[in-house]
Formats: sequence, C-alpha cells, structure tokens
Amino acid sequence: MFDFSLLTDWIDNLLENTLGMPEWLATTVECVLVGLLLLTVYAVLALFYIWYERKLCAAFQCRLGPDRVGRWGLLQSFADMFKMLIKELISLNHVDKFLFALAPYLVILASMIAFAVLPWGNGLQIINFNIGIFFLIAVSSIGVLGILLAGWSSNNKFTLIGAMRSGAQMVSYELSIGLSVLTMVAFAGTMNVVEIVEAQNNLWFIFSGHIPAIIAFIIYMIAGTAETNRGPFDLPEAESELTAGYHTEYSGMHFGFFYLAEYLNLFIVSGVATLLFLGGWMPLHIPGWEGFNDIMNYIPSVVWFIGKAILLSFVIIWFKWTFPRLRIDQMLSLEWKYLLPINLFNLVLMVLIIVYNFHF
Amino acid sequence: MISLTILSSTLAITAAVTGIALVGLALWLAGLMSPRSYNVQKGEAYECGIPTRGESMAQFKVGYYLFAILFLMFDVECVFLFPWATIVRSLGGAGLLSIAVFFVILVLGLVYAWRKGALEWK
Repeated sequence: MFDFSLLTDWIDNLLENTLGMPEWLATTVECVLVGLLLLTVYAVLALFYIWYERKLCAAFQCRLGPDRVGRWGLLQSFADMFKMLIKELISLNHVDKFLFALAPYLVILASMIAFAVLPWGNGLQIINFNIGIFFLIAVSSIGVLGILLAGWSSNNKFTLIGAMRSGAQMVSYELSIGLSVLTMVAFAGTMNVVEIVEAQNNLWFIFSGHIPAIIAFIIYMIAGTAETNRGPFDLPEAESELTAGYHTEYSGMHFGFFYLAEYLNLFIVSGVATLLFLGGWMPLHIPGWEGFNDIMNYIPSVVWFIGKAILLSFVIIWFKWTFPRLRIDQMLSLEWKYLLPINLFNLVLMVLIIVYNFHF
Repeated sequence: MISLTILSSTLAITAAVTGIALVGLALWLAGLMSPRSYNVQKGEAYECGIPTRGESMAQFKVGYYLFAILFLMFDVECVFLFPWATIVRSLGGAGLLSIAVFFVILVLGLVYAWRKGALEWK
C-alpha cells in the first residue's frame, strides 16, 4: 500500500537538504503548503457536497436536480459560490457588530481544525496528537459558540429562538457522540487516530467489536445527524417556523460560511464514523482471504477513506429527505431518555467484553 | 509523515490560521465584488416584513439552561472516563471495580434528574 509519508519526507528532504533552507524556514514553507492544501480540499469538498446533496434530494423527490451548469450540473455549486461572492453584505442597524462578524469565524475555525485531524490515508494525516479523537470532539464543540453568537448578536426573534434550540440540541447530542466515541476508544485502547485505524487492519471495528460496536455506530449516526443540525433534527433552522433560524440576518458570503461549515461538518461526522467503525483508510480485509486482501490493497487508501465517508453521508442525507422534523421536546427526550441510558449501558457492555473477553 | 517533521501543535495552529484566512479572504473578495447601497428599510430586522416589537435580546426560557447544566455534569464525567478507557484492557477487574463506584453515582444523578422531572420539556 502506498505510504504518503514517503512523499512528505521527500518534500521535507528537498527543502532542508537540496535547497539548503534553515529549519525554521523549511517549517514555515511546509506549514504554508499544508494550509494551502487544507484550503483547497476544504473548498472542493464543500462544493462537491452541496452538489451531492442537491442531486440526492432531487433523486429522492423524483426530480432531475441541477443539470444545466457543466456536465450533470457538476459546476452548479461553483456558480452558486460565485453568486454568493457578488451579493451585497448588508450592514444592519440593530446588530451587535463585533459578535455578528465574529460568529462565521468561529464556525469555520471549528470545522477547519476538526477537518485537519482526520486521517486521510496511509501516512497522510495532518494533526497527529496522541489524544487525536478527543481533540477532535473538543474542537468541534467550538461550533456551538459560533451559532449561539450568530443568533444572539443578530438581535432578531427568529435567530434567537434558532440559536437557543441549536444550543440545546448540539450540547445534548454531543454527549452521545462523546460516549459512543468513548466506547470505541475503550475497545481500541488508544485515542490516537492513526493507531485506531491501524488496529483495524484485520477487521473493521464494526465487525470485530461485537454488538456494542454496532449499537455505538447507530447511536453515533443519529447523534452526528443532530450535531450537524440536519435531517429530522433541523429545528434550529426550521424554515417553516423560523424563516432561516440562526442565520436569518446574514447575507451574501456571510451566510455562505454557515452553509460551507454545515456541509463540512457533515463530512467530518461521516469521516469520524468511518475512522471509528469502518476502518478509516483501511481496505476491506477478510481474515484468511489472502488473495482478496491483496486485491483490496491496490485501491489507494485516500479513495477508501473518502469513499466510505461519502457513503455514510449518503445515509445522513437520506435521513434528511425521509423523516419529518422532530418537535423540541421529542428531540430532547430522544437524547436524554433513550440514547443516553442506552449509551451508558452499551459502554458497560463493551467494557465487560474487553475485560472478561466474552466473545460471542 | 508531516507530523514527524513538524510538531502537531504547530500544524493545529496552521489549521486555525487557515480557517481564519479562508473567512478573511472570502470576505475581502466579496467586499471587492459586491455592490453596496444604503436603504433604511434594508437595515431593519428581517421578521417577515412586520415591524419589530419590543427588545429582541430578551430573557429566555429557563428550560434550555437546565439542559445545559445537565450536559455540563455528564460531559465532565465523559472527560474523566477517557483516560481510563485507554487503559481499561490492562487494568482488568480492579480498574472496572474502581470506576464502577463513580459510574453508579453518575447514573444515580441521571435517575434523580429524571425523577425530578428535569428532563420534561414544559
């Protein structure tokens, strides 16, 4: 399997030895390169996801979806982004100007850092902390602050209700995300994302983790959908009651950032589910089937990771276009009265399996 | 591997700067390209055309606050369990017993909140 660390080592070697740069300069150049790469992948993925969701939504509703701009409408989201750039950024009289401008920064910041933690392929990860997955959860919860600030600073009743709902929802479901991740961390015995992926070399955790891993996976997918404010959990921006929820007052590119972050969060949630349950960039390996495993190894690791993540996003988008929106009391009781007790029980089950080696 | 030659914390800062740069850059571009006009009606709150009544940054339902407090309790517990989870395999039965005390107290907390009706949305 191609190891991307060869490439990065080569670049490092080129900068330091062949070009003779001092270490600080080489580090700076590498950081700039990493930043540019992140920016490109972030933007391209967001644009792809917007197109993907629109096409899928159309398919679920027996429509064609965007098909005029580019082949199969592939350039539609580029056109949309360009349109958003040339729309006026309306300056409002009644908003808290500083907080209003700060909110998009926070939302993008949270998703960008969480995005950089994901392991993309063999040797292709950017931030490699030994507490990687924990760091990811911690960072992605900054997004709630951005949304709360956006709703509060807009000084509008719709945005305030949207922000409050969003705060209660994201905060509640973060618990379920944390606990299901905790279950898998206990199973893997490490929080480092690379080690978690490498532990799934023989079998993905969803197959080797017995029943608790499957329960954790289902809970993670539900909580992840709620965490991105999508699908049946879109009450923060319920368009039939709150016009557009917390970003009602944002216009032009300001709104575009919330839009971008929403789709990137969708990718991050499915990326983390891939990483924890579906083996990250690991190819599908079946113990004993040597020939099959060798063939699977020919498919590049990046393709595996992005492919699995996109497949899981399909499920989340499917939720959105299938289920009607929940009411806030239903949403909260689903989390606190069902998911949380099941999750706690599931954690105990997983720990018992690990400690006493119950294999069934 | 990039992470072997550069510290991960440096890269985390790089990612943060990239995020800020993305927003700054796009806003700058939008500022260059977008038209600007002033209109009194445009600056008003968008509440479907009806004039706003009263203050919008108002007091709010206490129910949300209650859930935030409950979240705080369980999240701290979750943070506490993470280091334990990484070594649960090597700790064996003893580790299980010591965390069980903590875990039972926590579940009692949830039961208490439930019985008190804190989980009902009123």
